[in-house]
Amino acid sequence: MPNRRDFIRISGLGLGGAAFGASGYDLFRYLSDSSRGLPDPGLDLVRTPTYCENCFWKCAGWVYKNSEGKIWKITGNEEDQHSNGRFCPRGTGGVGMYYDKDRLKTPLIRTEERGKQVFREAGWEEALDYVAEKMKKIGEEHGRECIALLTHGSGGSYFTTLLNAFGSNSIAAPSYSQCRGPREVAFYMTYGEGVESPERTDIRDTKCLVLIGSHIGENMHNGQVQEMSDAIDKGATIITVDPRFSVAAGKSKFWLPIKPATDLALLLAWMHVIIHEDRYDKDYVERYTFGFEQLKEHVRLMTPEWAYGITTIKPDLIRETAREMADAAPAVIVHPGRHVTWYGDDTQRLRAVAILNALLGSWGRRGGFYVPETTEVPEWPHPPFPVPGRSWKDAFPDKYNLAYETLATGICDATIPAISKACNFKGWIVNGTNLIKTIPDKEKLLEAIHNLELMVVVDTMPMEITGWADVVLPECTYLERYDTLRHSPHRKPSIALRMPASEALYDSKPAWWMARELAKRLGLEAYFSYSTIEEMLDWQLRQLGTSLEEMQRIGVKTYERSYDNLYFQPGEDVQFDTGTGKIELYSTSMAAEGFDPMPVYTPHEEPPEGFYRLIYGRAPMHTFSRTCNNPNLTDLMDENDIWVNPQVAKVWGLKNGQYVWLENQDGVRSSFPIKVRVTERIRWDSVYMVHGFGHENKQLTRAYGKGASDSELITRVLVDPVMGGTGMRGNFVTFKFEPSKAEAES
Amino acid sequence: MRYAMAIDTRKCVGCTDCVVACQTENNVPIGYCRDWVVEVMDGTYPQLEMEIRSERCNHCNNAPCVRCCPTGASHFEDGGIVVVTHRKCIGCGACIASCPYDARYSHPEGYVDKCTFCIHRVRKGLEPACVATCPTRCMYFGDLDNPRSSVSMILKKRKWKRLIPEAGTDPQLYFLI
Repeated sequence: MPNRRDFIRISGLGLGGAAFGASGYDLFRYLSDSSRGLPDPGLDLVRTPTYCENCFWKCAGWVYKNSEGKIWKITGNEEDQHSNGRFCPRGTGGVGMYYDKDRLKTPLIRTEERGKQVFREAGWEEALDYVAEKMKKIGEEHGRECIALLTHGSGGSYFTTLLNAFGSNSIAAPSYSQCRGPREVAFYMTYGEGVESPERTDIRDTKCLVLIGSHIGENMHNGQVQEMSDAIDKGATIITVDPRFSVAAGKSKFWLPIKPATDLALLLAWMHVIIHEDRYDKDYVERYTFGFEQLKEHVRLMTPEWAYGITTIKPDLIRETAREMADAAPAVIVHPGRHVTWYGDDTQRLRAVAILNALLGSWGRRGGFYVPETTEVPEWPHPPFPVPGRSWKDAFPDKYNLAYETLATGICDATIPAISKACNFKGWIVNGTNLIKTIPDKEKLLEAIHNLELMVVVDTMPMEITGWADVVLPECTYLERYDTLRHSPHRKPSIALRMPASEALYDSKPAWWMARELAKRLGLEAYFSYSTIEEMLDWQLRQLGTSLEEMQRIGVKTYERSYDNLYFQPGEDVQFDTGTGKIELYSTSMAAEGFDPMPVYTPHEEPPEGFYRLIYGRAPMHTFSRTCNNPNLTDLMDENDIWVNPQVAKVWGLKNGQYVWLENQDGVRSSFPIKVRVTERIRWDSVYMVHGFGHENKQLTRAYGKGASDSELITRVLVDPVMGGTGMRGNFVTFKFEPSKAEAES
Repeated sequence: MRYAMAIDTRKCVGCTDCVVACQTENNVPIGYCRDWVVEVMDGTYPQLEMEIRSERCNHCNNAPCVRCCPTGASHFEDGGIVVVTHRKCIGCGACIASCPYDARYSHPEGYVDKCTFCIHRVRKGLEPACVATCPTRCMYFGDLDNPRSSVSMILKKRKWKRLIPEAGTDPQLYFLI
């Protein structure tokens, strides 16, 4: 019998001091000063407010400096609803982003062809002049709308203003078409509003939390992790649907080890049980929904027995879990997840999630989904923005009409010239997103980049994407800059301030400064007419009943709700922003666009013999590739591994800790080998790895060559016809015991 | 007074925030740590069980590291907290060998280092850094002699275990199961 006990220790130990060498050691000398004896806990030390930039949750906290005036530690702000005073490991380890010696230090201008990290150092004047001249040239020759912004960082808002003022509105975040887009569209179709960020899930008061492929706890969406813990304390039932035994599955009363790509069948069978056993919320359905009779007929034959053949989940278990949800209703959450671009029918799968919640009456109910509220932050006065003649959408006539935000892959596609496309992009500004690891189908991405006349990358780190830039503009980290006020929706409206805890290191600058300097060169200074960023923030804050001076002291300000309640009131008449004004179980908008008005299960391709479905996810100490080189966080995890079921390992003769290369169905082999982790926690038809590793840029000295990149193995993209999301879980990999020829030769 | 810590394995998600928070709070050099996370799996797919534990020095009542220290660097502070006085430590490593929990490491500056229950914070009325930062609030710290402390209350309410009790060191980390 093989040893079934799997024991793993995660810590800073094991790397050892030797791994860092003498020069590496300087990096943390500031941390190891023992002459001070015991540190002061920080009660009397200087602290400045910030909100975190390590992920999109944007927790507000405090940056402490030590007695020598150096940045020392970061903790949560007690007043903040996102963190409740407690940061996650990435937020706590955010100091590493500041101290990382591999940071971008000066503006860079390309000296060789794109794709190589060969630049010369330039001054800010020269770099900004270069960008402004090119922007003008593209504007004159092709039209100003031919410049696009791809962003996933707080600084993006200033470049958004710049591009809007310049005459383009093609501004995209990969977090839409590569991540949460299908969820937002599905909930719009159903409820007339999205789930938003942070998600409006009332987990702290739920009695039943259903997670479908969502691995809360491994994704450290801080507030959600905290509330899941509260729910566990209060005895809530957790139901996890996942081919992998996730951390959440380990805390669940029911784990449904589903066959991948069949979730929609399970959701339809759950609806069947809840409707046909008469367990739905009749008053709610009658009062608020549209299309119940059609839905009832639609799922009539979708029995648990039908779903069993598809999902491999036993009918009794499907019934039992459906009843568990109905018993907890309306304090039940069928969680919409966040990264949902899986199989190309994702909007339909998320529609099923939305509909199931409606049957249980959980939307707008305590323990289900609350009604969030946002603080409206006034915009600094500026002339009206010009109206662009064309946008990304013109490249896709009659397609993706239900996408409410710009598709990053749409920008990418529209950059590749084609006579059929009415819009072509000639310039990209890329802010805080490493597109090489974000956008699937790297070949297509690079083809788009090769067709650009201007490629500007604004980042703090020499990510792979910088290697494709003509100009690299080094942004200072979030610990060294002001940014826009955070005003995300939550139970109560609030604002949070980020201010510099330190002068910017090296020759790095904040995004607001770069955008304003470019605006000056483009004759657009009227859009940035404040004399200092402090003046602008203070002007905004005074209209919100506070001031920059007060916010520097408190960091977060929470307001009382100005309208309605956190939940629907009993018998309340609620208007939904849908075609019928009701919650649409039957979607009139989807029908009008020619899509199934109610979700239909369609089978997906299965891995060929000897191949395994590539599933990827998150680790709690990393955010995509953003944190990959952070010294504090690589200390906890410096490479990913490939999870392999023991049965599969036996067939291939794989041993724990052995390195292998992965090759996908299109013959693409991973650039680097990845360590095998033989574990019972993964199904035999799939393998699993954490996203964001396998970095190819040697300037990322800690991340280079560590682990494999899932992104480069995702060459088959299953595009969602409803809104253009890029399904990425239709790729299959096999094991190889040597590098590809090209890799071996290099 | 007897300080102790209880860790709820049902709530811990193994995020390692406790490890980073300890590192930054206590200036622990990168590459080393005073606390760590253990994941233990049992079973065969799909009948699986997992326990996740945040571990550190057990601040044993009968601490072998204190007994074996030739210079008195390892000693008890108020409330039973086991501390190493860095300037008295000669780095001989006897304590490292004696610890059943592998809780100590050799600091690159030549002394042995370990968890102090953040005594510098506790003395000012704060919780240890790991407890104060944990997003799942899975850790409870306090005085066992005070029946109203959070750690006393939770130990009365829940089932718990200690690690390697057979070593006879009377450890003061309690894992809620």
